[in-house]
Amino acid sequence: MAGVGGAETTGRKARWTVLNILVVVYALFPVLWIVSLSFKSKATLADGNFIPREWTLDNYAAIFSTTEFVRALVNSIGIALIATAIAVVFGTMAAYAIARLDFPGKRFLVGVSLLIAMFPQISLISPLFQIERSLGLFDTWPGLILPYITFALPLAIYTLSAFFREIPWELEKAAKMDGATPGQAFRRVIAPLAAPGVFTTAILVFIFCWNDFLFAISLTSTENSRTVPVALSFFTGSSQFEDPTGSIAAAAVVITIPIILFVLFFQRRIVAGLTSGAVKG
Amino acid sequence: MAEIVLDKVTKQYPDGAVAVKDVDIEIADGEFIILVGPSGCGKSTTLNMIAGLEDITSGELRIGGERVNERAPKDRDIAMVFQSYALYPHMTVKENMAFPLRLAKVDNATVEKKVRDAAEILDLTQHLDRKPSNLSGGQRQRVAMGRAIVRSPKAFLMDEPLSNLDAKLRVQMRTSVSRLQKQLGTTTVYVTHDQTEAMTLGDRVVVMRGGAVQQVGAPQFLYDHPANLFVAGFIGSPSMNFVPAGLENGVLRSALGDVPLTDRVRGLLAGADAPREVIMGLRPEHFEDARLVEEHLRGGGVTFTSNVDVLESMGSDKFAYFSLSGEQATSQELAELAADAGSADVPGGGVSLVTRISAASTATEGEQAEIWFDADKVQLFDPDTGRNLTYSTE
Amino acid sequence: MSHALTTETKEKPGPSPKAKAALSEGKKAERRLGLLLCAPAILVMAAVAGWPIIYSVWLSLQRFDLKFPDRVEFVGLDNYVTVLSNSYWWNAMWITIVITVVSVLIELVLGMALALIMHRTLVGRGIVRTSSLIPYGIVTVVAAFSWRYAWTPGTGYLAEIVAGGEPVLTEKIPAVMVVILAEIWKTTPFMALLLMAGLALVPDDLLKAAAMDGANAWQRFIKVMVPVMKPAILVALLFRTLDAFRIFDNLFVLTGGSQGTSSVSMITYNNLIKGLNLGIGSTMSVLIFIAVAIIAFIFIKLFGTAAPGSDNGRR
Repeated sequence: MAGVGGAETTGRKARWTVLNILVVVYALFPVLWIVSLSFKSKATLADGNFIPREWTLDNYAAIFSTTEFVRALVNSIGIALIATAIAVVFGTMAAYAIARLDFPGKRFLVGVSLLIAMFPQISLISPLFQIERSLGLFDTWPGLILPYITFALPLAIYTLSAFFREIPWELEKAAKMDGATPGQAFRRVIAPLAAPGVFTTAILVFIFCWNDFLFAISLTSTENSRTVPVALSFFTGSSQFEDPTGSIAAAAVVITIPIILFVLFFQRRIVAGLTSGAVKG
Repeated sequence: MAEIVLDKVTKQYPDGAVAVKDVDIEIADGEFIILVGPSGCGKSTTLNMIAGLEDITSGELRIGGERVNERAPKDRDIAMVFQSYALYPHMTVKENMAFPLRLAKVDNATVEKKVRDAAEILDLTQHLDRKPSNLSGGQRQRVAMGRAIVRSPKAFLMDEPLSNLDAKLRVQMRTSVSRLQKQLGTTTVYVTHDQTEAMTLGDRVVVMRGGAVQQVGAPQFLYDHPANLFVAGFIGSPSMNFVPAGLENGVLRSALGDVPLTDRVRGLLAGADAPREVIMGLRPEHFEDARLVEEHLRGGGVTFTSNVDVLESMGSDKFAYFSLSGEQATSQELAELAADAGSADVPGGGVSLVTRISAASTATEGEQAEIWFDADKVQLFDPDTGRNLTYSTE
Repeated sequence: MSHALTTETKEKPGPSPKAKAALSEGKKAERRLGLLLCAPAILVMAAVAGWPIIYSVWLSLQRFDLKFPDRVEFVGLDNYVTVLSNSYWWNAMWITIVITVVSVLIELVLGMALALIMHRTLVGRGIVRTSSLIPYGIVTVVAAFSWRYAWTPGTGYLAEIVAGGEPVLTEKIPAVMVVILAEIWKTTPFMALLLMAGLALVPDDLLKAAAMDGANAWQRFIKVMVPVMKPAILVALLFRTLDAFRIFDNLFVLTGGSQGTSSVSMITYNNLIKGLNLGIGSTMSVLIFIAVAIIAFIFIKLFGTAAPGSDNGRR
């Protein structure tokens, strides 16, 4: 991995180290800042210092004592998990079919999901707002889960079909020759091998759902289904808190924790997932 | 166990491309038959059609007398060994071999016994609990064989099963595949692009080119009596030498000198309606250092003198290479063979010649040598159709 | 070889109706299974995306203000005239274009640098990759709040150091610059990952050969790496351009669209959810959709990008 034509010298290593530190600082600075804010006491909140002068857990205690935040956290987790599960199951089925089977309308399906992947979400807000209101889905879990599934499906289908394509074609032929029906070949040979890919896709889809703000702010109106990113933005100016900065920072840190955990433990998988679909497409 | 019959089997893709056309092959029960040809000749497509992995566009495929065109692979009761082995990476050796039996809902005790037996035959007993990723290439190959034999199918299909092994192991596995097939007596269809495998393994060999069968026969028969230029050039290593020649008054005029037609050759040519320009084919082993040929034999052949380009000593014998001035033999089939061998764009004019001569020869690289060849072994081909004008079935 | 051949055949377009009769049992089962497996995805996408798209076109042709639900009527293209002759709409369009173009260009440069670092670094590759995934993964709203507080005088360190205590977020141009910065921070790693996938396609031997031929590092990059990576670069650009064009979250938190910093998504949201004007909101939705289609079309025509995923889906 050494640069072309050069030996690994200490100078080289030092230069890489500096570059790497720059990258790490770039990536972490805003995160550390919001963490720092969340630990500042009321008195020092507005001192503009990067590192808190007084450390406190008050902000966390405050948000967890409000139903506004706790309810939003439950909504966020529930909605993201359900949407992820459904999108991954549907996506796995469709991706397998696209990668492996020959059937009419395959190209059409690929085209449509591509279209949705590039689709400006805002364009769906107005019709969905109206449709969900008339169906009674507005401000409910399903009202958010459905659009999440829809927009996560193209992502899931692309990532998964890239994974499926890496499974040698001959394995399925072998399964067929060994007497398996297409269904059995899928269940007993392909599914176990695709499991890592499915897991990776699930992480990516979860991050997508967890992140969403536009659908959540447009298609909800109460604590009933409001997710954390939206609840956060409503802390602002709420009379419930004298100064919402500390609460917002604490809530922001709480919803960042799962992301940090994913990134720490599954860095390799996430990189593979994001790039596998991209190499070809 | 059963015989397999391909009756005018054709594969045409929706875009109109014909991969296989009108293939007729009758494979007897217990026979080991080889489909051989350069890549793109339709051999794998043919195998996949027998397997049921590809649809048959027209014609009929019968296994054990029954038409099976419409049957799914699982209902044909045949097993296949793939080039990549296609072992299930998440299953142990044992689970891999047991998989077809489990799918067939065989009871546990039987599965256990059959897997043990197969492992015994293939010397895999101590590896049963390992995953394929922990096995060597040869072991993986044997597991793939094991998975095929456990359920005692009507036939084995093998798609270049040895081509992923290194040269030495390939030779070793070749003999064990052959032994296994004899032992089990199961009808086997084996696809390869390697003519050595074709020669050494099969009871009979089917040579294919461009989706059509060129010739079917026992390996030695194909070697001695190729039906056309393609088969002549494909079978044998180093391959047959081709030299253009003009046929005049019972004499062949060529870059090797004038070759008189022997009685045998003349007899065969008589009924063949030969053109004036032909291609003369000579196997490398039909040449010899003229000094080592006994006097009374010399008259039955032709002697020529040329500069030795390259001399390779194999120990048991020597290969001497010559380039002669004169036209190169040209035909569509030869061009295709050259393309397949990757030698199409090797520069060099004139006629190149490979001879296999005795190790006792004193021929030296870069010096003139006197070479003799047996005129009775000459085979003549029509340059336009590729047909062997001296073809006989004796 | 034979493997590639058979794979190839699977890609051939569906058999002609004539060949249908000859389909074996296996082939029919395969088609059935294929359709069956795709059915749920197709149904969901049709119901939640397909139908609403059509419906929004229909809505955009009507006067439909939820504050006056009795006065719904078909007005043809009137809404389009209203929107397209409105200066707020055009301001939002320009803001969106500026944010998109500037942030994507900077991201391309930074992303390429980051991709090279991640690809070639001698030390701590895992740490670099892990930490650069954080901006990608973090909730946009969280990052936006972090930036907002950093730029808020009194609370934030950047307001003091960079802006000398001036409130940057309350003026149009500085505010847009901050929004662009936030965009760049958040999405550069994603760009870098896409580019890194392209870097992985550049054979090491090719670079060695170029070095032997006397190319220096910069020449190797421009003359060897960039041409080989071109498809990956174009795909990354297309993805990011379309994504940047939808900018909403960052703006919502950072400026709330005040001082004329609204993007098209923002102004649509305001008309729709705050103004409850379904007719105008839908018209804007349709216009944004058309704009996105034009961008995609330009990319595909101008740069000859194969539509991303088109060969992906066909294998």
